[in-house]
Amino acid sequence: TKLNFSSALEEERHVRANDRDYNERFSYADNRIKTAKYNVFTFLPINLFEQFQRFANAYFLVLLILQLIPEISSLSWFTTIVPLVLVLAITAVKDATDDYFRHKSDQQVNTRQSQVLIKGKLQNEKWMNVRVGDIIKLENNQFVAADLLLLSSSEPYGLCYIETAELDGETNLKVRQALTVTSDLGDDVAKLADFSGEVICEPPNNKLDKFTGTLCWKDNKYSLDNEKMLLRGCVLRNTEWCFGLVIFAGLQTKLMQNCGRTKFKRTSIDKLMNTLVLWIFGFLICMGIILAIGNTIWEQKVGSDFWEYLQWKELTINAVFSGFLTFWSYIIILNTVVPISLYVSVEVLRLGHSYFINWDRRMYYSRKATPAEARTTTLNEELGQVEFIFSDKTGTLTQNIMVFNKCSINGKTYGDVYDEFGHKVDITEKTPCVDFSFNPLMDRKFRFHDSSLVEAIKLEEPLVQEFFRLLALCHTIMPEERNEGELVYQAQSPDEGALVTAARNFGFVFRSRTPETITLYEMGQAVTYQLLAILDFNNVRKRMSVIVRNPKGQLKLYSKGADTILFDRLDPSNEELMFTTSEHLNEFAGEGLRTLALAYKDLDEDVFDEWMKKLLFASTALDNREEKLGALYEEIEQGMLLLGATAIEDKLQEGVPETIACLTLANIKIWVLTGDKLETAMNIGYSCNMLRDDMNTVFIISGHTMLEVQQELSKDKFSSGLDMEKTELYSSDSVFEETIIAEYALIINGHSLAHALEADLEQILVDVACLCKTVICCRVTPLQKALVVELIKRHKRAVTLAIGDGANDVSMIKTAHIGVGISGQEGMQAVLASDYSFAQFRYLQRLLLVHGRWSYHRMCNFLCYFFYKNFAFTLVHFWYGFLCGFSAQTVYDQWFITLFNIVYTSLPVLAMGLFDQDVNEQYSLRFPNLYRPGQLNQLFNKRKFFTCTLQGVCTSFILFFIPYGAFMTAVRDDGAHISDQQTFAVTIATSLVIVVSVQIGLDTNYWTAVNHFFIWGSLAVYFAILFAMHSDGIFTIFPNQFPFIGTARNSLNQKIVWLVILLTTVVCIMPMVAVRFIKADLYPTQTDKVRLLQQATRKQGPQEQNLRRVRRTSSRRSAYAFAHQQGYGELITSGKNMKVPTSSTSTYPLYSPTRGLTGTSSASICKCFRHQKH
Amino acid sequence: MMASSYSAKEEDGHHSGSAGLGGTAIRTRKPDNTAFKQQRLPAWQPILTAGTVLPAFFIIGLIFIPIGIGLFVTSNNIKEFEIDYTGTDMSSPCFNCSQSFSWNSTTPCRCVLFFSLDQPFESNVFMYYGLSNFYQNHRRYVKSRDDSQLNGDERSLKEPSKECEPYRTNENKPIAPCGAIANSMFNDTLDLFYIDPNGTQTQIPFIKKGIAWWTDKHVKFRNPSSSNPNLTAVFIDTAKPVNWRKPVYELDTDPENNGFINEDFIVWMRTAALPTFRKLYRIIQKKNNMTPTLPRGNYSLEVTYNYPVRSFEGRKRMILSTISWMGGKNPFLGIAYITVGSICFFLGVVLLFIHHKYGNRNNSSDIPN
Repeated sequence: TKLNFSSALEEERHVRANDRDYNERFSYADNRIKTAKYNVFTFLPINLFEQFQRFANAYFLVLLILQLIPEISSLSWFTTIVPLVLVLAITAVKDATDDYFRHKSDQQVNTRQSQVLIKGKLQNEKWMNVRVGDIIKLENNQFVAADLLLLSSSEPYGLCYIETAELDGETNLKVRQALTVTSDLGDDVAKLADFSGEVICEPPNNKLDKFTGTLCWKDNKYSLDNEKMLLRGCVLRNTEWCFGLVIFAGLQTKLMQNCGRTKFKRTSIDKLMNTLVLWIFGFLICMGIILAIGNTIWEQKVGSDFWEYLQWKELTINAVFSGFLTFWSYIIILNTVVPISLYVSVEVLRLGHSYFINWDRRMYYSRKATPAEARTTTLNEELGQVEFIFSDKTGTLTQNIMVFNKCSINGKTYGDVYDEFGHKVDITEKTPCVDFSFNPLMDRKFRFHDSSLVEAIKLEEPLVQEFFRLLALCHTIMPEERNEGELVYQAQSPDEGALVTAARNFGFVFRSRTPETITLYEMGQAVTYQLLAILDFNNVRKRMSVIVRNPKGQLKLYSKGADTILFDRLDPSNEELMFTTSEHLNEFAGEGLRTLALAYKDLDEDVFDEWMKKLLFASTALDNREEKLGALYEEIEQGMLLLGATAIEDKLQEGVPETIACLTLANIKIWVLTGDKLETAMNIGYSCNMLRDDMNTVFIISGHTMLEVQQELSKDKFSSGLDMEKTELYSSDSVFEETIIAEYALIINGHSLAHALEADLEQILVDVACLCKTVICCRVTPLQKALVVELIKRHKRAVTLAIGDGANDVSMIKTAHIGVGISGQEGMQAVLASDYSFAQFRYLQRLLLVHGRWSYHRMCNFLCYFFYKNFAFTLVHFWYGFLCGFSAQTVYDQWFITLFNIVYTSLPVLAMGLFDQDVNEQYSLRFPNLYRPGQLNQLFNKRKFFTCTLQGVCTSFILFFIPYGAFMTAVRDDGAHISDQQTFAVTIATSLVIVVSVQIGLDTNYWTAVNHFFIWGSLAVYFAILFAMHSDGIFTIFPNQFPFIGTARNSLNQKIVWLVILLTTVVCIMPMVAVRFIKADLYPTQTDKVRLLQQATRKQGPQEQNLRRVRRTSSRRSAYAFAHQQGYGELITSGKNMKVPTSSTSTYPLYSPTRGLTGTSSASICKCFRHQKH
Repeated sequence: MMASSYSAKEEDGHHSGSAGLGGTAIRTRKPDNTAFKQQRLPAWQPILTAGTVLPAFFIIGLIFIPIGIGLFVTSNNIKEFEIDYTGTDMSSPCFNCSQSFSWNSTTPCRCVLFFSLDQPFESNVFMYYGLSNFYQNHRRYVKSRDDSQLNGDERSLKEPSKECEPYRTNENKPIAPCGAIANSMFNDTLDLFYIDPNGTQTQIPFIKKGIAWWTDKHVKFRNPSSSNPNLTAVFIDTAKPVNWRKPVYELDTDPENNGFINEDFIVWMRTAALPTFRKLYRIIQKKNNMTPTLPRGNYSLEVTYNYPVRSFEGRKRMILSTISWMGGKNPFLGIAYITVGSICFFLGVVLLFIHHKYGNRNNSSDIPN
């Protein structure tokens, strides 16, 4: 994504509404977005330019030019141009397709329609034609086209609701309110057209939660903040219409500014490969220099005497100049050590691996019909080297569905299912559900398995009834009932939604509310409660209460909140119940459930009256109002009676704890970066087994200033450092990170992270964090997520992987070496920015441990073999140089040189690179530490490179000198001479092809039919082409191009030639076999062992696989985390968010409840805020 | 890239709404369950274990050693006689010829060398000339030829390839055959005489056809306009190579062995791979089973010394050799086979020892996790 750099210069933005001429003076970005790189005309030049910027391509171009100089040319031009054109064409086609899709998506977005107020009329315009300063009208469920200043809306008080999932990943609705002066404009087009306010505000930036500006209109100034902004990427919800003034457009919107720069991601192998290619290049030059010096000396000592037979065209050429020319000639001949087909082959392999990922049925999520997708084809082998995983929480680890799972009422738990013998039964999909058909207002998606609770309800046990009555009364949810009985709740927090839905199903249906009343249907009967006060939630109180008067006139206070808080405020008579409930809470928490305690209190009329007076007084207080109110709340929430507790399951995605455990065993560190609250994040940490009770310490960093953070961090560092020293005493020899027996966890808050990420503290942060088994960062912004990833990338030089599902994860996904998007959850932002996408977190295990490991293994084997092969192939020329007067004479036929890499030896190694499996998928998953070699970079590194090139050098030496020895005096069996150049060439070439074929056979662990076909086929093709090119027919057509006529026939019918080939092959191969055998026998690697085991079990036949089950061992009480913000109570009691009951369903006749959501309909209850209709 | 997602989301919403669509989508998007796509292709998975590696070493050892012995014995049974006639030594009969060489001299210099064979050469004897330190494999040398011309192409005859420079034209006439290789063709004449114990010299009859590869003689080399038997006319507008004493159409009197298809010429044109090489010169056919082709005794080699090698310290040799199924005398291969076979066998023993002593045969049990 291109950033508009003019924004860097902009210091202040002036926007005048409805005045395009004025706004155009500043040349703000328009609302067109452009992510494509080329157009039809620029494609060829730009693409070629880009391609020739790549070192390899430029190198081959230079070679090609060199080859056109006859004095230098030791090979015909076609040996280079054929592969080069092939490479360029393949890359160009790929780039063109990519760009075509970018064009298409840009086009699609740019041509979306929006209603713009132009010349006093609302007109439909394409998004790209929207300008800064335009007023546009949005309708319900539309995407916001640009960053807007909210002017007016259909709702009272200029309120409107937006969903910001695309921006920050939070799924709860947010309220935006227009200025009163502008909300008075309403939907009066004439008035809006006359609106000429001027906004002066900050320049474009990427801060999603901040906006400062002023609106000047009619000589008045109004201050503007983020609460009045609708950002691009949001969706308008529950608001019939609204009008907004475009402040930032297109690339300058906060969404686009937050995208982060798209960097071209390259794998570490890529980088290593480039270094190695440079080294090889250096080596090539060295060889060239040696041979050139040799040539100079030869020309002086021998060549000048040989003049009679071998003259230069120009007699002026001296030995030194000849050496210089020879240098270039040798560069051309030896260039095959840097094979052009290397890059193409690597691309092909990666493409193949990507397809295997796309095709994997085990990464296909049938419920959403989403297969895994490798969106980039360049990173596959890096999947086998990941050391750090950065994961988002909501939607990635969790399903973002809250489910009422269990409860404890008056000391009795409900929710577990027992069989006839009294044993607890695991709840599965098949467990029968409780039948709620007695209740016509039930929510059909609600599932509960324990029928005893319904029986208790039917028996009208008073406390059970009171329990659900509390749940139905004490909340800030807005109901919507479009048709009779079709209730939809709009909750800011999914927890509340789950609780009220539970109450609804158990017969306490919250049906409607006004600012003063709440109407319940209790077991089918309408009961209206007077709502006297809402004692709202905030972070300190960690509880909320309502005070209601029931139809009988009794005053009741209902309260729900964190158990620790509530238990302190109970009536002393409740102590016994408190203990039992406390035990139950422990039990729930142990299962990873989010708990909440419930209590009630009967209020005395007089006491309440007095309190109410104080409350009214306090609420009008000018200073310290919050504290005064808090104290008052505290006063009345005393001496409550415990009712019980609820347990909500923040449903993890399937297999998350198992996956995390498995990945941890593979020595991958998993960090959770979430925008959620500390409590929520910790809760999830416990339920996915990342945090455990047996951990030594869980550090929580939540300082607000630099100093505090520093202290907290260094304190931790100090203490953990002490432990580290201790452990080092025990085992000082091994890597310290592994010797730490003590386990730590670090949880760091967003604002602390902001400080910790500053230059002074980041080193400490990295040190501390890396000592910890688990790191959780909560309340972090999208950009901070990226910064954390960046930090680890910089300090640890480890491969990082970021996984997320929302737009708030985009920057992190783009920053990490590998970005993975969870598809099918909240929009597509993350997926579009990602390199890989799939539907479930648990597929990550397979992606890394199976596909990643295989890819890495294959790629490394491929590279080793490739370098070996090319060294063996090319260096024969080097040795020959010493015997042919350093004249750059090739050993082989030109055609052989042209075809060797692209025809004779490409397919077997490609087949190996595509299909090889050292260990099959079951074993890869069963032994996660097979992943270790990838992280340690063991399979291909500089040392490996040296060994395989050395092997290549030795092979070339043998390949040259055994035929040399044999051909010194050899003649054919009919006496004719055979030690001619062409026979020599054919013998060495044939030996080479056979040797490298045997070698690939040794390197192939997994011989599929394709491998067989390619290996044997390559040999067959070699001989076929050999005989074809040495045939009479082709010679008579092109006598100059195929001078090897008859050589194959005349040499390969000689026994001696075959004896030479056999000897050469054995001498080249057997040492390698011996070395490999010894290595595997004496120092077997993990892989060797598993392979043996695999072979042994294969012989025995398949065995039952033992599945790894992860038991959750946490006994931590999960504190109740209201996921919503404070202040909704006030909105309700003031009635601001209640709609005047006039307009309603008629405007939306075709309104479907789940429209715009991805089908997670139970989640949609929590996500959608809709109008109350009455 | 970013913004395109909005629409995608909307579309998703619609999709989930319509059940029928969803059903077909499932079928189309689910990857096929084929062994190939699921990477479950049946495969042979060999592992280098003691059971496979050790026998391989022993088998190779056991095969190679006999082959080596066979080769060695065969090679030793081949009779070969070599004589250097370069004439660098003062004592050598060819000393004068080698010293007083000039390309322009009209009278050929002759010298005679005497030698004796200790053993009779049975069967056919092949006579080679050997050159040392002669870089027939130098790049500029190797490419300095025009295969089209040699193949009888009329156009190339008139206008030889640029590769032939500087032996392309002479006095504005195209050289035929052009190029450095042809120009430097070996042109010594060797004659062999058997000296009876009574002193009579009998010339040994040579066969000079059949010394080149069949494909070279019949496919690769052809005279221009082969229908025209008059080679003089065919080559009328061409010049002879600078160093040649006579033009290409006078190489032999036999029309089947003249011009480009002269076998001495063809043999020369097949450039050697190494700077020391031998090329077949003549064949001495076995007469009958009773008498050896070359009986024991004294011989004289009469050399018409035309080919200068002194400037680059080259050597010229004449070689007489018999032939076996594996070609000429070649001790290298036999020794190499015996050595490699022994080493393999020995390695097998060593590996067996190491494996038994230190190898961990049951090491799959201690895999962590």
